[in-house]
Amino acid sequence: MPMSALTGTRLRERRLAAGRRQADVAAAAGVSASYLNLIEHNRRPVSGAVLDRIAAALGLDREAVSGQRDVALMDDLRTAAARAEDAGAELDRLQDFVGRYPGWAAVIASLHGRVAVLERALEALNDRMTHDPHLSQALHEVLSSLSSVRSTAAILSETADLDPDWTARFHRNLYQDSERLAAGAEALVAYLDAGTGVEEQGIAAPQEELEDWLKRRDWSFSDAELAVGAGVAALASGAARELARAHVARAAADAAVLPIEPFLAALTAAGPDPLALAARFGTDVLGVMRRLAAVPGSEAGLVLCDASGTLTFRKPASGFPLPRFGAACPLWPLYAALGRPMVPVETVVQMAGQGGLCHRIIAYCQTRYPQGLRGPELREAAMLILPAAQDAAALKIGSTCRICPRGGCPARREPSILTETA
Amino acid sequence: MGQHVLLIEDEPNIAEAIRFILSRDGWRVSHLADGATALAGVRSLQPDLVILDHMLPGLSGLEILTAIRADPATTALPVMMLTAKGQGRDREAAERAGASRFMAKPFSNSEILAEVRAMMGR
Repeated sequence: MPMSALTGTRLRERRLAAGRRQADVAAAAGVSASYLNLIEHNRRPVSGAVLDRIAAALGLDREAVSGQRDVALMDDLRTAAARAEDAGAELDRLQDFVGRYPGWAAVIASLHGRVAVLERALEALNDRMTHDPHLSQALHEVLSSLSSVRSTAAILSETADLDPDWTARFHRNLYQDSERLAAGAEALVAYLDAGTGVEEQGIAAPQEELEDWLKRRDWSFSDAELAVGAGVAALASGAARELARAHVARAAADAAVLPIEPFLAALTAAGPDPLALAARFGTDVLGVMRRLAAVPGSEAGLVLCDASGTLTFRKPASGFPLPRFGAACPLWPLYAALGRPMVPVETVVQMAGQGGLCHRIIAYCQTRYPQGLRGPELREAAMLILPAAQDAAALKIGSTCRICPRGGCPARREPSILTETA
Repeated sequence: MGQHVLLIEDEPNIAEAIRFILSRDGWRVSHLADGATALAGVRSLQPDLVILDHMLPGLSGLEILTAIRADPATTALPVMMLTAKGQGRDREAAERAGASRFMAKPFSNSEILAEVRAMMGR
């Protein structure tokens, strides 16, 4: 196991934190005090066997003092620093910082992780507030009732010579609107209180309900599950069940032409090349892309859209947040493919706000004519999201404009809530 | 007879309250409750001012406003849009479509009266 350049510093910090004398630890580890002193000041390399003995003398395991445990922590801190470039974090001193102050480093990494979680929650809430027709309707109902109550009450209280017929009429209106306001407020509160139980209350969009169901099944079905309909009846709403039935039927058709064992063997041989795999199995490219994202344990993300660009399916990939509704980043290769049917698009992209994390994107669009020659052309595009190494030339994209911090983006539709300059 | 205000609002109680306060202030008020008949009403009634709700059945307030601005006979007609507080996007869209003024629900009677007077130069 390689030792970090500051293993000695870490040993010294741990020893001092434990209140142990250098000579005592050296004796317990079977080395001289002067040798331990040189190790602690990073002037002598330390072998694995000696490190094990020193760690044991300190009552620690080797990982705790070798720095291996810090690698992930340093990655998190680099990501945090990348998201706060203006702060000018001293990245050249990162290892020193983590070695000397592991607790504070963990606090920063933890807070950064928390910020990322909150941003995702903000994205979800922002999408809901902006696009959710149920919420918009509920708010309109409440505000309209309130408007009527306010106006009518003002007439009743401010008009001294109001005719008795008009008085009776406005009293009746006031009663009606107060009832309507109470009902609207209750519906709104029920909606906002729904939280994780939205699908049970039928408030979640059917597509969300389907995706939540697929997520709980790890986005995959066995052949046996497909044969019996995969338990679609468990979904709460009829619309979600209908979407799920169509999804399961498609998955079953994909599984029939791309049987799991030959498919995995071909995938191992050819890699995730949808065109090569489609040619090998004599099927269509989008079917292969769906199968690539649906084999057990697949970490590939998949997004589908129709000709309007509306996202019709969203399987997320790590470090690639997807908007809950449409209005995704217009720079996604998905849309480049949508505009050029049957032409594959392969690009490395870098998602905003993910610490420079890159993904390899393969996108493809197919057309079909379900009503024949004289019927409309239907398009469906797919975007496979795969992990990729860092690439300085990667296309800089985002999730959706509203929460994308990229400044100067030529494709920006609307200002971001995450940047002061936006 | 006072100047003519056409109110296009599908909420009957809001419409009744607005009609009442405008009538008492000396305005002649007509009311339509359906977006689908509103355009024909604007052409036939020839109002001096239109108060137009954003969310209407049949045809949205935004579509009606766009059509009003596209018609040379009504392109300069003053139109006050009724929107809901917090629905900034609705307001932005109405602004682009050429709304003269906005009133956010829930509004007060004095606010709407003051706006109508200001729009008609009273």
